[in-house]
Amino acid sequence: MKIGLLINEGPYNHQAADTAYQFARAALAKGHEVQRVFFYNDGVNNASKLTEPPQDDRHIVNRWSKLAEEHGTDLVVCVAAGLRRGLVDDNLAPGFRISGLGQLVETGIESDRLVVFGD
Amino acid sequence: MSQVEEETAVEAEVQAVVKKFMFVNRKAPYGTIYALEGLEVVLISAAFDQDVSLAFLDDGVYQLLKGQQTKALEVKNFSPTYRALEGYDVEKLYVERESLEARGIREDQLLVPVQVVSAKEMAELMEQQDVIIGF
Amino acid sequence: MLHIVNKSPYEKNSVASCLAHAQQGGAVLLIEDAVYAATKGNAAEAAVRRAMQALPVYALGPDLEARGVQGSVIDGVQVVDYGGFVDLVAEHRTSQSWL
Repeated sequence: MKIGLLINEGPYNHQAADTAYQFARAALAKGHEVQRVFFYNDGVNNASKLTEPPQDDRHIVNRWSKLAEEHGTDLVVCVAAGLRRGLVDDNLAPGFRISGLGQLVETGIESDRLVVFGD
Repeated sequence: MSQVEEETAVEAEVQAVVKKFMFVNRKAPYGTIYALEGLEVVLISAAFDQDVSLAFLDDGVYQLLKGQQTKALEVKNFSPTYRALEGYDVEKLYVERESLEARGIREDQLLVPVQVVSAKEMAELMEQQDVIIGF
Repeated sequence: MLHIVNKSPYEKNSVASCLAHAQQGGAVLLIEDAVYAATKGNAAEAAVRRAMQALPVYALGPDLEARGVQGSVIDGVQVVDYGGFVDLVAEHRTSQSWL
């Protein structure tokens, strides 16, 4: 099955990014395709290459980058939400790309399931 | 196929599929950004010719109240956007009766024409959708 | 439809609102802070028990364990892991997150 994810909150402040990540890993382990992970609202902060969380805790941004590297998962940051919050190409972590809201609608159209993670 | 031809073919295939998208609004405006940024997704989905409806329940019904004046807050008053939806062929706005009544709001206090439905009817409408996006 | 709720019944009305709209044939999955709604003695217990007469209610195990409440789950609420979460998403035609 093709599953799309929408993440509306940034790393650490809310559990959304963690839950979505664990869900994505479990979906891939079961042989599903994660068609796209779309980051909207404060979710765009999941793509910041500037984060430096404490060493003894999970590195949320790097985890997403690794997911993209291992599985080719399409990680898309909404351009408008990114601009609003200062997330642009210059500070984008590896594995992410910036694109329009149309990509979210496309995910809804192309995927079999769309799961939303937020506040 | 060249890249351009392939992308055009995928785009055409994607456009050919029409799904029922429902955008669920349960939060009040201005206290958080979800009402505003949620509307932006609605407008984009209209451009994709999908079958779009909006649901307003719980505090989401407050988004549709007439008379929003944001000058003193110095934030953008985005409520006129609800009136612009019609121009984008987004005409299915469902508002839950129980949520209006719990808040003492009458239908004539809303800034756009809507269909007021019961919670049970709203639940059935939700069941009919292909994609449900809430913020 | 799979209804996913993530907030405590004391913090938001999401659990109540979800249960007021979940219909037979669907399922409810409590995740993150909403797992408190799956514990004995919580304010949403009666509503959860009533809901279980019509459809299955699940709670995400890792979230129960993180919060130290895995031992007080209401009888009848089924505990699943992330794999089970994925299976529920695949099983139901659509999902709705009550945020």
